[in-house]
Formats: sequence, C-alpha cells, structure tokens
Amino acid sequence: MEILGLLYEGFLIALQPLNITVVIIGVIVGLFIGAMPGLGSVNGVAILLPMTFLVPPTSAIIFLAALYYGAMYGGAISSIMLGIPGASTAVATTFDGRPLALKGLADKALITAAIASFIGGTISVILFTGFAPPLAHIALDFGDHEIFALMLLAFATFVGLSGDDIPKTIFSICIGLVFSAVGLDIMSGEPRLVFFDIIGFMHGINFLVLAIGIYGIGEMMWTIETNRGDSAMSKAVLTLSGFLGSLRDMGRTWFSWMTGSLLGFFVGILPAAGATPGSLMAYGVAKMTSKDSDNFGKGEVAGVVAPESANNSASTGALLPMLTLGIPGSPTTAILLGGMVIWGLVPGPLLFVEEKEFVWGLIASLYVANLFSLLINVAFIPLFLWVLKMPFTILAPIIFVLSLVGGYSPTQDMHDVWLMLIFGVGAYLLRKLDYPLAPAVLAIVLGPIAEPALRQSLLISNGDFTVFFTRPISGPIMIIAIILLVLPALKPLKNKFFSK
Amino acid sequence: MRRAEIVTASLMAILSVYLMWKSTELPIGWIPNEGPGGGAFSFWLSAVMLICCIWTMFNWYRRSTPPSKSKDSFMDAYALRMFLMVGGAVTIMIGLVHFIGMYGSIPLFLLYYLRFLGGHSWTVSFLISLAAPVIIFFFFDVALRIVLPKGYLEPLFFPLYSIFL
Repeated sequence: MEILGLLYEGFLIALQPLNITVVIIGVIVGLFIGAMPGLGSVNGVAILLPMTFLVPPTSAIIFLAALYYGAMYGGAISSIMLGIPGASTAVATTFDGRPLALKGLADKALITAAIASFIGGTISVILFTGFAPPLAHIALDFGDHEIFALMLLAFATFVGLSGDDIPKTIFSICIGLVFSAVGLDIMSGEPRLVFFDIIGFMHGINFLVLAIGIYGIGEMMWTIETNRGDSAMSKAVLTLSGFLGSLRDMGRTWFSWMTGSLLGFFVGILPAAGATPGSLMAYGVAKMTSKDSDNFGKGEVAGVVAPESANNSASTGALLPMLTLGIPGSPTTAILLGGMVIWGLVPGPLLFVEEKEFVWGLIASLYVANLFSLLINVAFIPLFLWVLKMPFTILAPIIFVLSLVGGYSPTQDMHDVWLMLIFGVGAYLLRKLDYPLAPAVLAIVLGPIAEPALRQSLLISNGDFTVFFTRPISGPIMIIAIILLVLPALKPLKNKFFSK
Repeated sequence: MRRAEIVTASLMAILSVYLMWKSTELPIGWIPNEGPGGGAFSFWLSAVMLICCIWTMFNWYRRSTPPSKSKDSFMDAYALRMFLMVGGAVTIMIGLVHFIGMYGSIPLFLLYYLRFLGGHSWTVSFLISLAAPVIIFFFFDVALRIVLPKGYLEPLFFPLYSIFL
C-alpha cells in the first residue's frame, strides 16, 4: 500500500503541466532521433543533456526518460521502413519488420511494433514499481560467467534455429566477433588488428558501420537487382480494419510479447547488458517457441513483437540498477547517471529514501511517457507510410544518402564511411551466395560484452573452462546453448530414424 | 554460381588465415596472472572461420547446398550494369566528400540518380537534390551539432555558421 501511495504522489508530479509538456517534446524528439539511421537514444540524451539545466532536476530526468523511450520506439521505424536499424536495439526488429514492409504490410509492422513497445514498457514499469530494490540485488549475482553464457546462448540461437547454411552462419558470427575485437585491446591497452597500419582502425569498428553497410548499401543493391524496376517499396495504407487486424495479431502473439517483456526487463537490469542483447534473445526465444518458426525472417509478426516489447522493457530495466545501485545498465543510462550527479543527486539505495519526490516522479512519468509514445507514434504512422509510398527510384538514393550521413555521424571519421562501403559491397556479394549476414551484426554488437566476460571468467578460474558449467546460473544456460548448437547436427539423424 | 561459391570460400579461407596471422601480433596463449592474451580471442575465432570455409568447400564438392549446384550465373548483365552504375555512383559520392564535402556530393549524387537512373523530371530531381542537403544541414549541423565535412566549400558556410551556430 505504501508503494501505491508513493506512486500516487509521483503521478501528481508527473502530471504537472510542465512535466507533461517535457514528456511530449521528449517523445517527439526521441522518435525522430531514433528513426534516423546512425543515431540512437544515447546520441539524443548526450546531445540534449546540457539543455535540461533550464528546468528543475525532476523535469529534466523526465524529459530525458521520455526522449529515451521515444528513441526506442523510433528505432523500429527505420528498421521497418528502410531496413536499416536506427540503433543496435532495433537490429532484431529488422529481421521480420523489413520483410513485412516489403510484402506491403508496413502498417501492420509499425502498429504491432508500437503496441508491443507500449506493452513491454508498461510491464517493465510495473515490475520496476513493485520490485526495484530486490531485483537490483539479483542482477548483481550475474557475474562474467553468466554474462558470457547468455551471449553464447544468443549466438547458439542463430546457429540452431536459423535454418541457414550452418558453416556460413558460424562464419558470419565469427567474422562479426573478430571485427568487434579491432582497435585497442580493452584489457592490455595494446592496439589490435590494426589492418595495414591505418589509423582509423585504432578506434575499432562501430557496429553501425557494419550494420549500415549491410542493410543500407548491400541490401539496397540486392533490392535494386531483384526488383528490376518495381516502382514502390510498399503500398501499405492505414485503415481501421488493418488496425483492428493488428490488434488481433497482438492477441495471437501474446506469448512472444509476454516473454519478450519479461526477458527484456531482466536482461536490461544486468549491468553492461542493456536493451540490445535483450531484444535479440527475445527474438530467439519467440522463434524457438513459435509453431511458425519457419516464417521467421520472412515477415512474421511475432518476430517484430518480441524484440520491440523486449527493447522497451529493457530500457526501463536498465534504469533500475542505475537508480538503486548507481550502476548503469546501458550507455544511455550511463549518461543519465552523469546528469543526475551534475544535478546534485546521488544514485544508490539512499536515493529512494532521500529523494522520494524525484524517484516516484520519474517512475510515474515512465507510465505517462509510455502512453504518449504510443499515441504519438500511432499518429505519425500515416506520415511514415506516405514516405514508403514514394517510388523506389526516389527512396533508394535517399537511403544511400542517409547511409552516408549515418555512417559518418557516430565517429565523424571518413574512414568509417569507406569501411561501410566495403562492407556493403561485400555483403551484397556474400548475400548472393546465401551467407546470412544478420549474425555478423549480432556478433559485432555483442562481441565487446562477450570477450571481456570470457577473458575475465577464465582469469578468475585460472583457465578452467568447466567453471561455466558448474556455477548454478551459468551452468543451465550453457547446457541450453550447447543443445541449440548441436541441434542442426541432430536433424539429419532425426530424419533418418523417423522417416523409416 | 557454382564457380563463385568455391572462389568465395577460398577467398574467405585466405582472409581467415590472414586474420589468424594478424592476431598473433599480440600474445595468443595464456599469460600468467593476466589470462588469455590479447590476440587469443580473434585468433581462435579466425581458426573457426577457416574450418567453416573448409566445410563450405566440402559441401561444394558434394553439391549439397543450393549455390553449389546452381547453374545460374552469379551476376547477369542487368545485375552487373546496376552494380557498376549504382555502386560506382555511391563510391564517387563518398570520394567527392573529401573535396566538395557532403553538401556538394549529396546533391550531385541525388541529381544523377533521380534524373538518369530514376528517369524523373528535371523539376523533381532538382527539388529533391536541393531539399535533402538543406534538411540534413538543419538536422545534423544545427540541431544536433554534428558538423558534417564541407571540403573546399567550407567558406560558403561561414555566414550560415554565424547565424545558426
């Protein structure tokens, strides 16, 4: 009951006219920043942090949280419309969101993405409201061994369930992981894999360079070749019956968004994990548990619903260790943490006691921001669909231009733009030979989490690999991962014995 | 397609060996009190890549995958023409950024694509080619303070900087 009383007081703060205004502005700004390839919530929050000193700290954090939410919604828009993930958190949405748009069902993909985001956000805020302090302590039980086991599970999901050529899938994962290792070795500080001594490799390969190369350049060249003059990218229109149909799809895919929300929230609260692994795992689980797993990657609604519910859920989850323990769960929350320190607030367990107004105002505003994100996003869908109706010969050069600008923005280095072009051409040629490229993007995103976790685990255990199997949390995760890895090998045996 | 499959697998195998060799610039073995060396992660992953390439070659030999038994050409005349015209234009656009900046190369690329590849009217082509850089300027340079390269055209932007930045 005490929590409800505090939440009520929080709503009184969140519903003040100033705070409602900052929520609306934050959501709209976030939506457009998230929808722009190359920019995600982390850019938006970092760029707009200084502007928040114009308002009181509570309104400032509400503005940034709304922007964070808006960007999470916005990331799905470029994934679905352009096939380019706006941010790493929206990579998994591309897998089925883009095929849906190509089938002329962009309206369905955008609506279900928005509703799934709303559901994921709401479930996570409810969990946040009720269980913030105890959950934060469970998250601390996840050490390097458990994080590595989770990463291995994400890769194993691709190998076991993708249905693509196995050696090519493993090749794709490995090359993504090798690319993620380029730059300074985080443990020894020495330069590593600096090809031909080109200085640009010293800062590593940003995941967006590979993702935009593959999806913005390679995929577009593939589409140009396969379309052969087809005029429009999508002929989708927003109708009431289409909207109601999307709502029915939400009912049909309830298991995907429920598991996505719960998984996303939990992975989100793990320190250093964030929304990207959460959304990728939710996609994997949705595929694993679906009766129509063969349709995944070809335009399955559950393949949009699962990652979208998970990434919004994880974005709230990532706020939890930041507020309760002072440990950021994602790059965006790390910047929010910096903001809180500048405003004179000390994150940690005492924050809930000493700054009740701030904490509960923020929690209540998450409910409000979530609702506004849904309403604003749905209101903009007709505009997005109108953009998609442009002839392909107009949309294609615009996507190339956005890829150029998006490839340059994260590091502001032309070296990365050239690298993006090389990746794009390589991806186009490899795609023709059935090399799956999504696993490479997944690997370059998760590599910087997986490698330190593996190395630190081995250092702690003095090189003993069995430690991954003997710990109570990592053991079962490792076993599931290994089952998934050997699953394709068992398939021919199953066919052999059961066909007789 | 069949020839392309084995050529690509061979090239990827060479790339894997190169990455293994490159990884050995840092220690790839166990360092006491430090754990695995800095090159170990990428070395062993590259080794797995090499094994995957050999596996793909074996599948090619057995003709067990679609590309290894396909008789289609890897790139027909239309695909090759589009690859050169589109890929070439994107390459030139990126190359020109070093000289005339993004705000010079983007309109040129858009004009070429819209008018000559897309077959749109001069009016539509000009309109989009000029509107896109204006929108990009206000979104990136002004609103987000991400200053895009301008090359030799930089002096033309000084008056805009003094107004908006």
